[in-house]
Amino acid sequence: MIELANIHKSFGPKHVLQGIDLTVEKGESLVVIGGSGSGKSVMMKSIIGLLRPEQGSIRINGVETIGISARQRDKVNRQFGMLFQHGALLDSLPVWQNVAFAVRQQKNISTAQARAIAQESLSLVGLGAKLLDLYPADLSGGMHKCVGLARAIAAKPPILFFDEPTTGLDPVMTDIINHLIRDCVRELGATTLTITHDMSSARIMADKVAFLYQGKIIWVGTEKEMTNSDDPFLHQFVNGLADGPIATEGVIEEERERGRQEERAEGRGKERAEEQNGAP
Amino acid sequence: MNPLAKIGHYTLGFLTHTGRLCVFMAQAVLAMCQPPFYFRLIGQQILRIGYFSLPVVALTSFFTGGVLALQIYYGGNEFNSETIVASIVALGITRELGPVLGGLMVAGRVSSAIAAEIGTMRVTEQIDALTTLSTNPFKYLVAPRLLAAILCLPVLVLLADIIGVMGGFIVGTQTLDFNAATYIQRTIDFLEFDDINSGLIKSAVFGFIIAIMGCYNGYYSAGGAQGVGRATTNAVVSASILILSANYIMTSLFFSS
Repeated sequence: MIELANIHKSFGPKHVLQGIDLTVEKGESLVVIGGSGSGKSVMMKSIIGLLRPEQGSIRINGVETIGISARQRDKVNRQFGMLFQHGALLDSLPVWQNVAFAVRQQKNISTAQARAIAQESLSLVGLGAKLLDLYPADLSGGMHKCVGLARAIAAKPPILFFDEPTTGLDPVMTDIINHLIRDCVRELGATTLTITHDMSSARIMADKVAFLYQGKIIWVGTEKEMTNSDDPFLHQFVNGLADGPIATEGVIEEERERGRQEERAEGRGKERAEEQNGAP
Repeated sequence: MNPLAKIGHYTLGFLTHTGRLCVFMAQAVLAMCQPPFYFRLIGQQILRIGYFSLPVVALTSFFTGGVLALQIYYGGNEFNSETIVASIVALGITRELGPVLGGLMVAGRVSSAIAAEIGTMRVTEQIDALTTLSTNPFKYLVAPRLLAAILCLPVLVLLADIIGVMGGFIVGTQTLDFNAATYIQRTIDFLEFDDINSGLIKSAVFGFIIAIMGCYNGYYSAGGAQGVGRATTNAVVSASILILSANYIMTSLFFSS
C-alpha cells in the first residue's frame, strides 16, 4: 500500500507538487494521468526516493519513507520494480544481466541461476532466449520496453511503478505493452502505480485513475467514472481537446490565445461585413 | 543586476559547487571503503584506466626524457657542464615530469571518458534505475573508478619514470655520444628513493583527482547531449588545473625541508 499525504516539492521558484494526497491500495493498479509538466514524474521520483519532498508524508506498507537512512531506503526499494520511460537499461551489460540485476543484488545466486531467472522473466513478457546475450544497443524501442518490464518483474516485487510505459511506441506495440503490463501485474498480484498521458494505457491498465493537474490530484475515480465524468478539466484531457480550462505552458498558451483573438476578430469582421451587406 | 548582487551570485554559485564537490568526495571515499566491493568492475576499470593508458603515457614519457636530455645538453654546453644531463634527466622525470605529464595525459584520456559515460547514464536515467535496483550508484559506479585510478596511476608513473629515463639514456648515448656506463652510473648516483617515492605519492593523488572530477562532472550532468559534452570538458579542465595546483602544493611540502 502506498500513501501520499500533503506532498510538496519545489525546484527553485517553481512549486511543482502542491500538496499531493493519494492512496494506492494493496493489489490495486492506479494510473495517474496528467499533462506534460504537471508533476507526474516528480511525484513518482519522490516515492522511490530519487527526490526528497520538502513537506508531507510518503508511507510504503505503513512505513514512513521520507528522511530514512540509505540502508532503510535500500530495504524499502527492494519491494519496488520500475519500468522507466525509455527503458533505462544498463548499456554496459547484456540483456540477461540487466534482467537479473536486482535478483543478483539481493540474493547470492550462480550465473546459471541468474540466466534462468532472466530467461523466465523474458518469457513472461513474450521474448525468447536468443535475446539473452544481446546488448541494449542491439534492441529496438519496443524490445527495450519489454526487457525493461522483464527487469522490473524479475525479482517479483510487490510494488511496481511504470513511468510513461508506452511513450515513443507505435500503436501496435503500445497495445502489446499495455496488455503485457496488465497481464504481468495480474499474475504477480502487485500493487502498481503508472503515470501516463496515454489514455489507451490508462483504460487498459487502471483499476482506478487519478488526474494530476498543476501539482495537485484534482480527481480520482474508476475508468468508467472517468469516461462519464463531467469535470471540465478531466473531460478536456481525456478527450484531448484543445479548448477548455486546462492551461498549457508558455508559447502554446499564447499561440492559442492569439488564435482565439483572431477567431473573435474574424467573427466580428464577418458580423460587420454582414451588417454592411445588410445580411440578416 | 547591480555589481554587488553579481559578486554575491557568483560567490554563492562557487560555494554551492565546492560544498557539493566536498560532499560528493566524502560519499565516494566512504563507498570505496565499505562493502559490497564490485571486484569485477574494479578489474575492468584497472584495464581501462591503467592498461589502456600505458601506450600514451609511455610515448609521452619517452619523448619528454629525450627532449630533456637534448635541452640540458645544449644549455649545459654553454657552461661546460654537459655531464649533469643524466642526473637532471633522472631527477626531472622522477620528481616532476613523470607524474605531472603522466597525470595530465591520463586526465585527458580517462577523466573525459568517465564523465561522458556517467553523464550519459545520468541523462538516460540509468543511474536512477540503479537506485531502484537496490544498488548504490556510488558503490557501483564511483568507487571502482576511484580505486582503479588510485592504484593505477602510481604504476603508470613508475613505468613512465623508467621509460623517461630510458628516453634520456637513448638520446644521450646515441645522439650526444655519452658513454653508456657513465650515464647509468650518474643516474644511479644522483637518484634517491625519495625522488621516486614523492612522484608515486603525487601520482596516487592525481589518480584520485582524475577519477573524482570525471565522476563528479558526469554524475551532476544535466541537459541531454549538450550537458554531457559540457561535463566532459569540465572534467578534463578541472582535473588538469587541480593536478597542477596539487603538484605545486605537494612539491613545496615534500621538498621544503
